[in-house]
Amino acid sequence: MSNWFPENVSTFGGEIDSLFYLIFYITGVWFVLTEGLILFFLVRYRKRPGQKARYVPGNTLQQSLWILIPGLIVLLLDLWIDFRGAEVWAKIKGHMPVGDLRIQITAKQFNWEILYSGPDGKLGTADDLQMENELHVPVGKVVRVVLKSRDVIHSFFLPHLRLKQDALPGREIEAWFEATKPGKYEMPCAELCGFGHSGMNGWLFVHAPEDYEKWVKEQWPEK
Amino acid sequence: MGEGAVAGKMRIFSTDHKTIAKQYLSLALFWAVMGGFTAYLMRWQLAYPESEVPGWGFIAPDFYNMLVTMHGTIMVFFVAMPILLGAFGNFLIPLMIGARDMAFPRLNMLSVWVFTLASAVLLVSFFVPGGAASAGWTGYPPLSARPAYTGVDWGLNLWLVALALEFVSFLMGGVNFLTTAINLRTRGMTFFRLPLMVWMQITAAVIFMLSVGPLIAAAVMLLMDRILGTSFYLPEGGGQPLLWQHLFWFFGHPEVYVLLLPALGILMEILPVFSRKPIFGYRAIVYSTITAGILSFIVWAHHLFLSGMNPRLAMPFSITTIIISVPFALIVFAMIATLWRGSISFPTPMLFAAGALATFLIGGLTGIFTGSAPVDIYIHDTHFVVAHFHYTLVPVTFFAGFAGLYFWFPKMFGRMTNEALGKIHFWLTFLLFNIAFMPMFVLGTRGMMRRIANPMQYEFLQPLQPVNVFISIAAVLLLLAQLSFVVNFFWSLVRGKAAERNPWRANTLEWTTPSPPLHHNFETAPVVCRGPYEYSSPETDEDWLPQDRPLAAQATARQ
Repeated sequence: MSNWFPENVSTFGGEIDSLFYLIFYITGVWFVLTEGLILFFLVRYRKRPGQKARYVPGNTLQQSLWILIPGLIVLLLDLWIDFRGAEVWAKIKGHMPVGDLRIQITAKQFNWEILYSGPDGKLGTADDLQMENELHVPVGKVVRVVLKSRDVIHSFFLPHLRLKQDALPGREIEAWFEATKPGKYEMPCAELCGFGHSGMNGWLFVHAPEDYEKWVKEQWPEK
Repeated sequence: MGEGAVAGKMRIFSTDHKTIAKQYLSLALFWAVMGGFTAYLMRWQLAYPESEVPGWGFIAPDFYNMLVTMHGTIMVFFVAMPILLGAFGNFLIPLMIGARDMAFPRLNMLSVWVFTLASAVLLVSFFVPGGAASAGWTGYPPLSARPAYTGVDWGLNLWLVALALEFVSFLMGGVNFLTTAINLRTRGMTFFRLPLMVWMQITAAVIFMLSVGPLIAAAVMLLMDRILGTSFYLPEGGGQPLLWQHLFWFFGHPEVYVLLLPALGILMEILPVFSRKPIFGYRAIVYSTITAGILSFIVWAHHLFLSGMNPRLAMPFSITTIIISVPFALIVFAMIATLWRGSISFPTPMLFAAGALATFLIGGLTGIFTGSAPVDIYIHDTHFVVAHFHYTLVPVTFFAGFAGLYFWFPKMFGRMTNEALGKIHFWLTFLLFNIAFMPMFVLGTRGMMRRIANPMQYEFLQPLQPVNVFISIAAVLLLLAQLSFVVNFFWSLVRGKAAERNPWRANTLEWTTPSPPLHHNFETAPVVCRGPYEYSSPETDEDWLPQDRPLAAQATARQ
């Protein structure tokens, strides 16, 4: 089961995965029960000589309880999934943590333009640095991402971090993540964006603290 | 055979609802071949991205985007709609309610000809310079709003025109369905004696009529952005791309139920006949259907969880989406309860009906995953979604569609289909469909995106390539298995055993007419005495009781 997903390396990814498993177990039980019942009825009540079907129109309240009670159970399970879902959603989308660093990502056909704010920590100043398709972040820090698009709708996808967010032209959309493990992870576009959509891809580099320091020194040597 | 038989003959320009139904069916089957061929090209490309597709050639990425777009457009709007509404709705509504024809036969003829025009426009769009539309079947702007973004110019304009024409056609059809079912019911056919198929068709017609307006407006605005240089959807001119997504899905999600309801209607006609039992909980089903119809208008934004709309909107829509499973769960339970203590036989229509029920269940259950906003963050735009909606739409369009075709073929064409071929067709389709689509859920949970032409371009997807190959082989076999249907269909049309009036011993009114029915359906207007599902009733020794047969007791009571 646990190898259904790519390895999770974000703080909130586990919440999404466990919600997925909760739904999987609930629907899995229903799947087995209902499919089993269908199969059982089809076999058990197959046509046999001399046996007549029973006349059960299911019109009285007593008879309709056979479908109303399971229906009520479905409703209760639905609400359970909804409430768990609301909690997870609030954690990820409800409030944006302040963030240790802020990076602007502008999507265009068919690249991610990554803009780093540099030592002053502010975007739109002279020490900003732009890279294509390479997102470098430190491990264990909250990264705030400002998503923009130059042309069409793209979708910023980090499968290993369970993060996906559309980038809309004309809008700035905020997203955040905190990576938990250093490594190199793929960063594809998930929304059809034109002939180069397939292959629109970048890399997220999650650095250990000392490696990240080194990377920063390389990029802004005058500091 | 008198003049009725002559007048009932197939004519090209006919106002006879049965002929019109067959015209919808023919167009839908043509488009199904096209839709199947696009599926073949896509699946081959995904399995062997670096190789040429046998019988076609190399597939460029923009051509792949066109395939993705046209496959969805064709299957939803040019196969599912004309089969489930155009063919079955037209054929069955007048026959089932005891009417001579639709309320507006000429409007009905206009509907099918507008649909033919829509088909012609869509077909032409493949051959204009730049090729057919390639912005996805959902056509999200700005990608679809400026030719420069896709390289497709008139192809996409014609796509929009074809869709608009199609909506006009089904809008006229819906008005006709509704008017007919309300006004032309024969004596004794009260609303609660209507076969559930008619309930499903009219509910679908109402949902369609109420939801399609915003989409036509949206399509006109998109066409204006493309041709007149307006910018309803282009941010550089003050437009808003999200407007389209709201309008599209305000229609698009109810549309799913416009397709689902007639398919459920087919199942609800077939299951009682071959279980020899009444449908369980007729009224509960009707009320659930209406509830689901109403709910279907307030779920659309579950397609927009990650679109950039206010995240606070997500949970309300997530809740309505998951709650809509309750009325459908009731309907599914009612269908299962119908089997309980039946006397079930398994000719081809029943096999397909049971197969539809079993597979649709998977589509419904996986909808709980996609409807949960946080889970959707990860699985949105992945193959999990692709698997999910194929598990809803394939049972609905193909399993239920085939069930209905095998069931009403004797009535439509006056001949029986071949049972052995039909059973082969069912088992191959049922097994290969599950073999092909079940692994797609796994691709989705591993993160494989939709609408990518070459999964080998991504390192994290490369280990999944054997799964893609496996799916493609199963999918190609699934397509080839449909040949058993094609052979059966045409062979039975010419050589099939002549059908009697009521080969399945069914209760509803269409089976009291000759096979095929006369031009105006009924020799004399039938009078209905009871509901449509009185199988194995204690009132009679036989295990069926047609809607129009007066019982001796009732007959004497009347005198």
